[in-house]
Amino acid sequence: MEFFEALINILNSTIRVSVPLLLACLAGLYSERAGIFDIGLEGKMLAGAFAGAAAAAVFGSAWIGLLVAVLVSVALALVHGFASITHRGNQIVSGVAINFIAAGSTIILGQAWFNQGGRTPSLTADGRFGAITLPFADQLRDVPVVGQIYSGLLSGHTLLAYLAFLAVPFTWWVLFRTRFGLRLRAVGENPAAVDTAGISVAWLRYRAVICTGVLTGLAGCYMSLSQNAGFVKDMTAGRGYIALAALIFAKWKPVPAMFACLLFGFLDALSIRLQGTPLPIVGKVPVQFMQALPYVLTVILLAGFIGKAIPPRAGGVPYVKER
Amino acid sequence: MSTPYTKLPAWADYGLIPLINLLVAFAGAGLVVLLVGENPFRAAAILVEGAFGSGTGIAYTLYYATNFIFTGLAVAVAFHCGLFNIGGEGQAYIAGLGVGVVCLAFDHILPWWLTFPLAILGAAISGALWALIPAYLQAKRGSHIVITTIMFNFIAASTMVYLLVGPLKPRGAMAPQTRQLVEGGQLPKLGWLLSDFGLTVRPSAPLNLSFLLALAMAFVVWLVVWRTRLGYEIRTMGHSSKAARYAGISETRIIIITMLISGALAGMMALNPIMGDQHNVSLDFVSGAGFVGIAVALMGRSHPAGIVPAAILFGMLYQGGAELAFEMPNISRDMIVIIQGLVILFAGALEHMFRPTVQAVFASFSPKSVGIAPPRAEGA
Repeated sequence: MEFFEALINILNSTIRVSVPLLLACLAGLYSERAGIFDIGLEGKMLAGAFAGAAAAAVFGSAWIGLLVAVLVSVALALVHGFASITHRGNQIVSGVAINFIAAGSTIILGQAWFNQGGRTPSLTADGRFGAITLPFADQLRDVPVVGQIYSGLLSGHTLLAYLAFLAVPFTWWVLFRTRFGLRLRAVGENPAAVDTAGISVAWLRYRAVICTGVLTGLAGCYMSLSQNAGFVKDMTAGRGYIALAALIFAKWKPVPAMFACLLFGFLDALSIRLQGTPLPIVGKVPVQFMQALPYVLTVILLAGFIGKAIPPRAGGVPYVKER
Repeated sequence: MSTPYTKLPAWADYGLIPLINLLVAFAGAGLVVLLVGENPFRAAAILVEGAFGSGTGIAYTLYYATNFIFTGLAVAVAFHCGLFNIGGEGQAYIAGLGVGVVCLAFDHILPWWLTFPLAILGAAISGALWALIPAYLQAKRGSHIVITTIMFNFIAASTMVYLLVGPLKPRGAMAPQTRQLVEGGQLPKLGWLLSDFGLTVRPSAPLNLSFLLALAMAFVVWLVVWRTRLGYEIRTMGHSSKAARYAGISETRIIIITMLISGALAGMMALNPIMGDQHNVSLDFVSGAGFVGIAVALMGRSHPAGIVPAAILFGMLYQGGAELAFEMPNISRDMIVIIQGLVILFAGALEHMFRPTVQAVFASFSPKSVGIAPPRAEGA
């Protein structure tokens, strides 16, 4: 049973570390499906995490933190939209710019406003999203297997974590079962056709980047208001890029995106768990190897060795109406 | 408006528009300074004074500029081929391994002027090799070079951490870095160059020989891109890969060669801090220079004549920023990261934002200058 408990522990931390990846990955999904490449996920997440923690610290409410985080992330997403939709700028360049602006300003503003070396003040229980215990989780704790999975693995996460996993079927429904979703996917494949149908390409793409902003804001919030009690400088630490990798890994589909994020989250959780312990057969695996694994897997996938990842056809190409 | 690019006289295209973009970027940075509760004009004055006010300041400014010339050229060469090499950071980091191995092997045996060429080769080759895989995957298998080079940045970081906390660390040492290099692995300083102009330079100021190498490379890049057949092929590919294919230029060959050049240039950046200043290979010695290269290349419009001043400007921000952090504790060096982001945004992604306005202004003064024929008389 000891092994089983260890497994539950690892899976539990897998879920915890996967949540921000998943939210950011779904965020990227909306934007990239609409033909706007977004490597600024990292920056928007970071800005969201900072804004959320700062507002929660000042107002003492997690909900105000959430609101502010989403507003700030959406604002940055709109800057990306302004550059790449309205001014037809290079989407990659614009994404890079947003990452830098977020990385720099969170530190400068954090230091100026709170004077704690770029941190925000530690949040109290009111300023955070607390763990939600599912009904009967405590009573079922001692039931072998089923009870352990229920109370040890599924229960005890925060609101945002449950929201992230609910966002997966919701995103699927939006993309594949609504008119908006159909148009969104169409504008990423063939914007000219959408334009011919009398639908505004620009407005559709703007709505897509707003969705991206909302979700990256939630991802940032999860990091600073749920996982931690406040903002620490550079706290996203490349997760936006891993989310991007997961998005490619999932071939721009919502359900595979969840599994890709869980896989990358599992590698992360495992590497923390295995730090320093030797494995059978292979011996001691360096932590750095485990940390690099998601990136290596993505490169191998991109090279077309594990199926081919084909991005939305109009991705990265600004739409010019008259040609 | 079928094309977003309206015609302007050359001086406005290469001088005025970049200047406006730059001014807007700095105005944005000034706004952040204001938000922090400091006076942006005083901040700018301290910054310029810190960077150019003393011989030592200038030496530091040029030392940082050296890094950015290399990485800026690397990004620019790839831009000419229509590629976005975002992996300069990783290529420079891995090149540290090339420089480190050469120096650790030879610094006891050879004088610096023999180690230096070997180290240049080591840096260029290891940087180029790190760019080779993304280049090959782009050329042969169509995987997007931006994503692969980002991934390779992370893989490079993990690899170097592994090597520096493990195999490369001298036994018994605590810090994750190699041993200190002796004379054979140290480049001569160039402080005396500035002293000749009557400036006083502290001997510890890190400006060194690799600055001259960077200037030489800027010239070589100009030569290759604008004066050789290869450069012509690279630029053709950048303008239109279809036209290049029609002209019988091998896409695979050009993409791979361009990325090798780009990786080698980014790699040479490693020479400056390792052989010129800190004399060891340490964790994160690149410290973002690879990314600054993007801003430098965009600002310099991918031309060496623009890249060198742009690199010096960013060198000024780095050095002046350090001084600024003393005077205004609220403004740390991270301010540069914001400026960098704003420059990338306004000089890169939004480079055409002010074009219609500028064009309208020009048109109202002289329609000819923007290629609009003067209104013809009725019946002509």
